[in-house]
Amino acid sequence: MLLKRNTVLPGFRLAGGFTVFYLSLIVLIPLGAMFVRASSLTWGSFWEIVTAPRVLASYKLSLGTAFAAASINAVFGFLVAWVLVRYPFPGKKLVDALVDLPFALPTAVAGISLTTLYAPKGWIGQFLEPLGLKVAFTPLGIVVALVFIGLPFVVRTVQPVLEEIEKESEEAAESLGATRWQTFRLVIFPCLVPSLLAGFAMAFARGLGEYGSVVFISGNMPMKTEITPLLIMTKLEQFDYPGATALGISMLAASFLMLLVINLLQWWSGKRLGRG
Amino acid sequence: MNIELKNISKNFGQFAALKSVNLKVDGGELVALLGPSGSGKTTLLRIIAGLETADAGSVLYNGEDSSTKSLRERRVGFVFQHYALFRHMTVFENIAFGLRVRPRAQRPSNAEIEDRVMKLLKLVQLENLSHRYPSQLSGGQRQRVALSRALAVEPSVLLLDEPFGALDAHVRKDLRRWLRKLHDEVHLTSVFVTHDQEEALEVADRVVVMNEGVIEQAGTPEEVYHHPNSPFVFRFLGDVNLFHSRMEDGKARLGPNGHLKEGSEESCVFVRPHLIDVKTQSDGSEHFAARVRHINAAGPNVKLELMTANGEAVDVTLTQEQYRALGIAKNDQVFATAREMKVFVEDYSI
Repeated sequence: MLLKRNTVLPGFRLAGGFTVFYLSLIVLIPLGAMFVRASSLTWGSFWEIVTAPRVLASYKLSLGTAFAAASINAVFGFLVAWVLVRYPFPGKKLVDALVDLPFALPTAVAGISLTTLYAPKGWIGQFLEPLGLKVAFTPLGIVVALVFIGLPFVVRTVQPVLEEIEKESEEAAESLGATRWQTFRLVIFPCLVPSLLAGFAMAFARGLGEYGSVVFISGNMPMKTEITPLLIMTKLEQFDYPGATALGISMLAASFLMLLVINLLQWWSGKRLGRG
Repeated sequence: MNIELKNISKNFGQFAALKSVNLKVDGGELVALLGPSGSGKTTLLRIIAGLETADAGSVLYNGEDSSTKSLRERRVGFVFQHYALFRHMTVFENIAFGLRVRPRAQRPSNAEIEDRVMKLLKLVQLENLSHRYPSQLSGGQRQRVALSRALAVEPSVLLLDEPFGALDAHVRKDLRRWLRKLHDEVHLTSVFVTHDQEEALEVADRVVVMNEGVIEQAGTPEEVYHHPNSPFVFRFLGDVNLFHSRMEDGKARLGPNGHLKEGSEESCVFVRPHLIDVKTQSDGSEHFAARVRHINAAGPNVKLELMTANGEAVDVTLTQEQYRALGIAKNDQVFATAREMKVFVEDYSI
C-alpha cells in the first residue's frame, strides 16, 4: 500500500519488480548459495579455516596491497583527471581513451606483460635490480598490477565532477584574495572529496578481488606473496569446497565492511555539500 | 576610488566585443551598464575586475594603471549572477573566506572575523541563517550572502554582474531597492551590469547604455530617458512606436494628414505609447485614424493595440480614467494624435 502513490513516472511496480528479480538472480542467489555451502562446516572448523596462519598472511597481503594501490590511484588518478579536464593539449582524446584500457584488457595479459617488464631481467626490472628494488614476485609487484587495474575507477569518477565545478567559484575565491593553492585546497578539493572516495572505494574493491593479473606477477609464495583469491583457487583445485566458501565468506564480509565505511564517509561529506 | 577606462578593446576571435571604450566612474558613484545581451557590458565589467584582460587600452584605479595587476591585487568585490557561493561552506564560512585566506600577518583574529561576519549578516538581514548551507537558501538570500562575502574584504570597488538576473520579479524589486539603500549607507564605488532598463533607471546614479561594443550614451537616468541621443537608446529605454516619415520644412509629419513634399528626407519618428491621445471623433487635427485591435485593461494602465489604415501596429497606453471616458470597444474607429515625438533623421542625430 505504501507504494501505491500517483507519480508522474509510470511503471514503478514493473521496474521495481524487475530490479529485485534481476539483482536476486545475479547477485543474491550466488551469494546465498555460498552461505549454504559453508553451512556444512561447524562454527569451529569454519573459524579454524579462516584464521589459519597462511590465510591470515594472505588477508594481510590482499588488504594491504589493495589499500596501497587504491591510495596511489587516488593521488595519481586524480592528477590524470585534473589534466584531462583542465588543459587542452594535442592527443587529449587519445589519452582519454587510453585510461579505459585496463578495463578492456584481459587481466592475464596485463599480468604477463607487467611481469615481463618488471622481472629482474626485464626492461624496467634490470634498472631497478641494481638499486636493490625487486618488483616482480614481491608484494610491490602486486601493488603495481593493482595500480594498473584500478586507475580508470578513480579517473572516471573524479572527471565528471571536476568538469562540473563552476569556473565562477574559483574566480570568486581569487577576487576575495585567495592564492591559487588556497583556491584549490579550500574551494575545489572539498567538492571532489566524495567522488575521490567513491573512486578509491571502487579501486580498492577491485583490487581485493583481482586475480588474473596478480597471480603472474606475485610468484605465489605461501606466507609471502599469496593473495586470498589464490588461496580460494588452490582450495578449489583440491576439491575443498567448504574451505573455499569459508574464505569466500570472510572476503565478502571484509569487502562489505569496507564499502559500508566508505559509503558512510561519502554520505557524510556529501551532506556537507548540501546534497544529502 | 575612481575608475577610468581608456580605449578598451577586446576581441573574441573574429568578434569585437568592445570597440575602444572610454568611461570614467567617479568615487562613490553607482553606475549601471545597460544593454542587450552581446553588447559587451559583462565583458567590460570583467575587464574592470581583472577577470579578463583587454586586448588594448588601460584601466586606471585612482589614476594608477591597473592593467598589469591581478584580480587578487585589485581589491574588487565581485558579485556573480549565479552567486558562485562555496557550496560546501556555511553562510558564515562563505563570508569569512576572504578574511581567512589572508596572509597570517594581516589576518584578523577569530573573534574579529566573527564580529565582522555577524555585522555583515545583520546588514543583509540574514543573522539567523549563518549556519545554513547555500543549498538551503532561496535565490534572494544567496545573492545577499554573495554580496556580504564581497563586502567582507572591504573592497575599494564593488562590481555586480547581473546581480538580480536569476531572481523572480518580486524578489528582484526588493533587492534592488535594498541595494540602493545599501549604497547610500556604504558609499562604495559600484558598477553593475543589467539588461533591465527599469532596474538601471531606478537604482543607478548614472546609466551607461551600451550596444555592440560601444557606449551609446552615458548620463543620469533622467538624461538618458528624456534626452536620448540615438534611436537605439530611445528604443531600449521603454516601449516605443516607430513611424517612418519624411521631413517637411524641418518638421516631421505623421500619418496620412501629413502632406508630403517631393525630395524631403527620410526620418524615423518615435512616440512613447503613453504620449498618444485618442479620440472617437475626428476634428481634422489628428495625426492618423486607426482601428482598435486589442484592449488590455488589467493593470494600472490600459494598453490599446491600434492598427492604422496602412497596416502599422501602434501601441497606446491610457489611464483607466481616460479609457472609461472614451468608452471604446474592440474594432472601434479612433483618431490618434502624438503629444510628443522624437525625430531622428537618417544620420541618427536630432
